[in-house]
Formats: sequence, C-alpha cells, structure tokens
Amino acid sequence: MGGFPLLSTVLLSPIAAAILLCFISKEAKESVRIIAAGAMTISLALTVFAYFTYDISAGGMQFTEDIPWIKDLGVAYSLGVDGISLPMLLLTDLIGLAAVFSSWNIEKRPKEFFILLLILIAGVTGTFIARDLFIFLLCYEVVVIPIYIMVIIWGSTKRVTKEYAGMKLTIYLLMGSAFMLVGVVALYLQAFPAHMRTFDMEALAMASQLGNFSETFQIFAFFLLLLGFGSLLSMFPFHSWSPDGYAGAPTAVSMIHAGVLKKIGGYGLIRLGLLVLPLGAKFWAPLIAGLAMINVLYAAYIALVQKDLKYVIGYSSVSHMGYVLLGFAALNVISISGAVANMVAHGVMSALFFSMIGYVYEKTHMRSVTELRGLAHQMPRVAVGFMLAGMASVGLPGLIGFVPEFTIFVGSFGVYPIFAILAISGIIFTALYTLRVLAKVLFGPKDTRFDAFRDARGVEMMPLILLGIVLVGFGLFPQVLMGVVGSGVEPLLPLLNHIADAPTLLGGI
Amino acid sequence: MNFLAISTEIGILVLALFVMAVDLILPKQETRKSVACITICGLIALLLYGFTQYHFDGSPYFYQNLYFVDNYAIFFKQLFIVAVLFTILFSQDYAQSLLRYRGEFYSLLLFALLGMCVLASANDFLTAFVGLELMTISFYILVGARMSSSNSSEAAVKYLVVGSASTAVMLYGISLVYGSTGSVLFEEICRNPHLLFATSIAGITMILIGFFFKLSVIPFHMWAPDVYQGAPTPVTALLAMGSKAAGLAVLMRVLYTAFPMMGGYWLPILAVLSAVCMIGGNVMAIKQKDLKRMLAYSSIAQAGYMMVGIVAADMPGMKAVLFYAMLYVFANVGAFAVLAVVDQQKGATDHRAVSGLAKSAPILAAVMTISLLSMAGIPPTAGFAGKIYLFTAVVERGYLWLAFVGFVMSMISVYYYLLVAKAMYLGEDRENTKIHISGAVRASVLLSVIATIAIGVCPEQLANITNIAAQTFMR
Repeated sequence: MGGFPLLSTVLLSPIAAAILLCFISKEAKESVRIIAAGAMTISLALTVFAYFTYDISAGGMQFTEDIPWIKDLGVAYSLGVDGISLPMLLLTDLIGLAAVFSSWNIEKRPKEFFILLLILIAGVTGTFIARDLFIFLLCYEVVVIPIYIMVIIWGSTKRVTKEYAGMKLTIYLLMGSAFMLVGVVALYLQAFPAHMRTFDMEALAMASQLGNFSETFQIFAFFLLLLGFGSLLSMFPFHSWSPDGYAGAPTAVSMIHAGVLKKIGGYGLIRLGLLVLPLGAKFWAPLIAGLAMINVLYAAYIALVQKDLKYVIGYSSVSHMGYVLLGFAALNVISISGAVANMVAHGVMSALFFSMIGYVYEKTHMRSVTELRGLAHQMPRVAVGFMLAGMASVGLPGLIGFVPEFTIFVGSFGVYPIFAILAISGIIFTALYTLRVLAKVLFGPKDTRFDAFRDARGVEMMPLILLGIVLVGFGLFPQVLMGVVGSGVEPLLPLLNHIADAPTLLGGI
Repeated sequence: MNFLAISTEIGILVLALFVMAVDLILPKQETRKSVACITICGLIALLLYGFTQYHFDGSPYFYQNLYFVDNYAIFFKQLFIVAVLFTILFSQDYAQSLLRYRGEFYSLLLFALLGMCVLASANDFLTAFVGLELMTISFYILVGARMSSSNSSEAAVKYLVVGSASTAVMLYGISLVYGSTGSVLFEEICRNPHLLFATSIAGITMILIGFFFKLSVIPFHMWAPDVYQGAPTPVTALLAMGSKAAGLAVLMRVLYTAFPMMGGYWLPILAVLSAVCMIGGNVMAIKQKDLKRMLAYSSIAQAGYMMVGIVAADMPGMKAVLFYAMLYVFANVGAFAVLAVVDQQKGATDHRAVSGLAKSAPILAAVMTISLLSMAGIPPTAGFAGKIYLFTAVVERGYLWLAFVGFVMSMISVYYYLLVAKAMYLGEDRENTKIHISGAVRASVLLSVIATIAIGVCPEQLANITNIAAQTFMR
C-alpha cells in the first residue's frame, strides 16, 4: 500500500467534513448534505478497497499506522485492522453512509445534525481500528455526548419522552464505561512494570501470555469489562436502555446505535476480554451463556407484544445479541466466527429496519403496529426493505442472517447443548414477532389513509439499495464474509485450546 | 538575602500598590479600563517571567529557610497568575456594572494572588499562616464586594465567621505542634522524634481540619454553597480554582515535608475523605437549581479527585494533582465566564437564566458545555487525561476502590452537567434578551476552551512541566 494512510483517511474524512461544515452557512442545506455524504462515500470506498485487498492468507493486523503520542503514558496513535475488525469497519462506514441518506430530509437545524452525526461515525470508526486501548476508550467516550444531544433535539416522544430516552442511553453507556475504565486501568498497571507501560493491545495480550496476570486478577478484571461491554451489548439485565433509547432517538442514531455502536461491546469482549484475559473469559463463560439464553428468549417474548415498531426492533436487537453472547461464551473458533459474523449480519438488518421505520414515520408520523396497515399497496419499495430485513432476522437461507446463526449453533452445541437447543427454539419466537409485524404493517387490505404518502424514491432509496446489496450479497456468498472473519478468529485457536485445557478455580463451574 | 528568589512576589506587590495608586490618581470614570489593562499586562509579564525560573539544580531558599522556591512552587504561582489573569479578563463588564469600588476590586484580587503565591512557597508554619490569612482576608472583602446585594453581604459574613473559626483551629494546631517539637520549620519538624506524642498528633489533626475547612472538604463544606452563590461570580470562580489550589499546594507541602513519617496516620483519613467528597459533592450537586450552587458542590467533588492524587503520595500522584489543578482552572474559567455574563445581563444564574443560551449566544453555550464536560472527564477534553493520570497513580498504590468510586462518580456527574446543556440547547428564552459579549469575555472563553481541548488532545507538554515541578519536590 506504499505510504498511504488508508485508515487515517477513513477516520479523518468524517472529522474533516464536520469541521468544514462548521464554516458553512446554516441556510445551505443542500451543500451540508452533499458534504456529509461525500465524506462518508470516501470512507466507504476506501474501506471496501481495504476489505477486498486484505490479505486473508497472511492474516493479522494490516494497513497499520504508528505514531507515538503521549509518551509518558505509553499511548500511541496506532491503527490497524484484522479479520475481526475489518468487517466491523465495513459495517460502520456502510451504515454511516446509509444513515446520512436516511437523514436527507431533516428540516430542523440540519447543519448541527450532520456535524454531530459525522463526529459520532468517526468515534465509532475509531474504536474499531484502534490498536491502542487509550484511543479505543477515547473514541468510545467521544460518541456519548453527540448521541445525547441528537436524541434530545431530534428525537421523538412516544411512550417515553426523548429527554428521558436520551438520558437513559447516556447514563447506561457512561456507567458501563466507568466499570470498563477501572478494569482497563488495572490491566494497564498490572501488565508491565513502570517505564515499560503501554496501552498497546497486542503488548497487553503478550503480557497475558507471559503470565503477568494472575488468574484471580483475570477473573476480577474480566468481570469489570463484562459489566462495561455487557451493558453496551444490552446483555440481560442491563438491556433496558436499548428499546427505550432506540424509540426516542432519531432514525440515524437508531441505525448507528443498533447497527454498530452496540457491536463495540462484542468486539471489546473478544479483543480485550478473550485475548488479554483468557482465563477470566473461561471463568465467566457459563454465566455469559446463561444470560445469553435469557437475552434470546426473554427479549423475543417481549417483542411479541410490543405495539410500537421501534420497540419491536429494539427488543429484537436485544434478542439477537443473545446469539452473539452465546457464540462468544462457547469459546471455540467456530462459534466465535459465528458471533463476529452475526454482529455484522444483525448490524445490516437492524439498520435497514430502522431506516425503513424512519421513512414511514417521517411520512405518516405513525409507528404503531395497530395503526399502520397495508403499506405494501402504497409503498412497495419500502415494503421490500421491510421484507428483506425481516427475513434476514428470521434467518432465511440466502440472506445475511442464516450462515452466522447456523455457525453459532454448530459451534455452541457441543459446549452448551441445552442452552443451544433453547436458543434455537428462540428462532420460533423471532419468526412469530417478525411475521406478525410484517403481516400487519405491510399486507392486508389497502388503507386509503395512506394514499397521500408516496413511496421512497431517488436519494431516499439509497439506504435500501446499499444495505440491501450487502444483505443479499453476503447471504448468497457467505464466504466473502466468513473468509475474512475466519482469518481473524483462526489465530485464536492455540489460545482457545490452551484455556480449554487449563484448570480453573471452579473448574469452569 | 537572596531577593531574586521572591521576585515574583515583589512584582505582584508592586503591581497591587501601583493599581491602587493609579485608581486614586486617575479620574473616576476613566479608571476601569486602564486599571484592568495595567493589571493584565503586569500579570502576563509575571507569567512569562515564571517560565525563566524553572531550574534543574538546587532550589533557592530565602531568609533562613522560611521560603522555598522550587519548581513546584513556581508551577503553582503560574497557575495562580493564570487564574487571576482570566478572572480579571472576564470580570471587566461585571465589575463595571455591578461593583461600586472597581479599582479596589483589582488590587484586592492581586493581594489575594500574593497570598496564594506565599502559600505555594512557604516552608514553615508561620509563613504559611501569613499567606493563608492574606489570601483569606482579601477574599472576605471580595465576597462582599457587591454592596447592593444582601446575598453578597450574607455570604461575606458567613465566610468570615467560618473562615475565622477554622483559622483559629489551625493556629491552635500549629501551636500544639510547635509546643511538642520546638520548631515551625517543616524540615525540622519532620526530623523531630517528639512528633509521635499525643499533643502533636492532636495538633496535626487540628491543622488538617483547618485545611479541610479551606478546601471545603466534606464534612467541613457547609459554608461553600452559600458563599459561592452569594459572592460576585468572578470571585466565586477564583474561590473555586485559586483558593482551592492554594490550599492544596500548601497541604501537600505540609503533609510531604513536615509529616511524611505520619503517613500511616493521615493517608487513610485522606483516602476516605476524598471518596466522601467525590460521592457527596456529586450527589448533592444533582439537586441544585442554581448553577453557582451546583458548581460549588461540583468543586467539592473536584477537590476530592485532586485529593486522590495526594493519597498516592508519590511522584506520579503529585504530577497528576498538578496536572488536574491546571486543567480545572481552564474548565472553571470557561464555566464561570459564561455565568458571569449571564449573571450580569439577566440577573440570575439558575437553569432558567441559561435556557435558550444556545440561540442567543451559541459561543457561550458551546464553551459552557465543553468546560463542564472537561470537569466530568469526557474526552477529547483535558479532564479525561487528568483523570487517567490521577487514577493510574492511585491504583498503582493499591487503592483500586478509590479509582472505582472516582470513575463511577464522574459518570454520575455527567448527569447534572448534561441537565445544564439540555437547558441551554432545548430550553426557550421567554424574555428574548439580547446577550452582549465583549471582546475581553470572548477572548477569555475562547482561550480557556482552546486550552481545555489542546491539553486533552496533546497532554504531553503540560505533563512534562508538571513532571519537572513534581521532581524537585520528591527528591
């Protein structure tokens, strides 16, 4: 790749656009949107380029960049992607661009909206490409405040007020990060003696292999990280922010939040929890598996009775995160590959769902399952989007959701057969609530109330096209996704074998 | 006698007297601008002069070791000068419209600054006491400077009574320590075997209590909210950043040079009190409607964070305290400069007064939000780096629980800081008042916000200076 800082460009192009937007007149709505879309297109194009030039056979961190930053803390501006973070990066930029197009018609203070949206996207991008823990945390905390402001200004008040939703979202994210910070500080200090300290994640993993973390320490630190990442991943019982938050948030925030931000939790558990604290991961795995099962069944059960479309998808995302957790907890290469791939799959489908709901709500100002009906007559294209996302959510073969979920079940069945069977039965619930919603909202007799509303067209089609292509593409050619993911997960094999053999304090319960 | 060692103090004294004289000589209606200008120029010169004083060999003493000018003291003096400089910069309009004695206001600020500088360098209890009194007595008058406002007078009386009581307690403690060790010099006290006697332990306790009053550490904080609310807003700002930092400076000096042997005795107390401050300050701040009161409680919490660094009792800990004290100055300037403008032009400082500020004065709303987020420790502001320094230092010494309390409470503090942001960005301004922002205020808020973000993005420069300052102390 020569000296071209590809990842920095991906990270900085939204930031540069945000700065540029600060100097543009408030009235110039059109140019604001075009600049935002242009910046995200650059990021996405570069990411796609990176995705297809990533050398799968070589594996490991590629496109790396290193610049020392805060020397006395051992912080470096180091970026890089491997098979686990690259799909996440692709997901971020894909949903970022789709979110920009979904917010195309925003009327209220568009300039501020797009500035905050671009900062949000840059923050999420940073967490996935950072190889330095400090940068990871920094980017993670940067996203919190834009989300709050976006929810309270551009959000919608339905069952809960948008102020409540915004504050709940913020408090949960921050409390989680407080626990995470304590864990990270402890890790940082424990890893190396003074003067050798570093926030470099690979070095921390190395310290772990050298045996610098005792087993009790690992168990304790992993628990702190689990609280942080778990609440971000809406793990039961820390899930209640998710439906309320999505319901209050504007479409773009719901898309990014459900689509990618949540996945930082799963990504962090693997990157930090498993690689740096393997024994801790093994100790807590049975608990995680149990909670994962509750996530899958309990959230799906609640989603059955929701009336607000956003709540249905909110609980559905909690339910789907249960599969990710289950895949992680089984701690083998197959199940973890499934977990990573499922994060991508769920990101795409939930973003598409929220985008379609956002479009319907923008036109009709209705989100209730009982009010909306027969939309397929007036909005056939939107209906296609709903169907694609819904079928992917159910796990229809040929769409993105099938292979990852199947992989998770294959991987986890040998480890937790009962949990796996219960989780598979969750698919029945998923099918129930998804089909119920789709049938009520899209099909049935034509309702003349909706005649005045036109179907999506022009730019409004962009989220559907972008996300739809990926949804079908990765569904038909799962190897494009699974190959990259596998190249990131397979190097974990020795580590996983090692902890499988290692005796633990309670023998893994 | 090495007068070069106290050149900064001499400069401040001359400046203060000169400002007083100028105020008397010049015609009354013209004094405001010129006096403020002279003060600002003088202080900038002193601030730059401070940079030339950093040294890497032995630090100079003055007059029989009464006064010690190490890099630590120089750093704190610069911090005080920055604090007073900003206070004067953003208080011009405020002083012009609300205060009766403008010239005296500036010279009193300078005398308070002189007191703080003496505190930073004091190497024995008597000098420290003189500095403390000079600072506190100047503040008594400054707090009551809004003569037309009954709140201000009430605050001044309250501050006077509580301040005198705590001074008396501290003085009694000093006399007990002197009685059992026969010295007031920190270095001599440190070596004295009689320090372990019950009388001197009682003395140490009383000295600590005196400091806790000054720092408004819970449970000695009752005066702070009332005084902060009643005092003229610029004075509140200086109370929160200057007076508190001065108290910390001398507290660290006393604890580390006079009573290091007694660490086992005061370290646990300090650890518990810092946790109590972080929890109590942040929890009580949630309910406050008035922003000055809210910031008073938040400043109690901030004192708690800084005490975390003292508990670490080593170089990284001290470095973290210095770092945090500096970034707190910038965050405070941002918040209080905005409040001073609101206070002056709307006559109130509660949530209703700031609501809709994002429309009437977007720059002020943005500065306020960023400054508050820095206090909460959200990146990319300076507060994040500061907290990482503080808590890594203390975790290394085995106080993981303290870091736990600190991180959780700082996330809770985001809640009430965001309520302010919500009022500014979502609230409607019913009176539709036009907010006028003068050049000086604009300069001070912009400078403080740039500093907050610059330190947050590249903390290394400030970290290096604090490192140098902490090194001479912890030889």
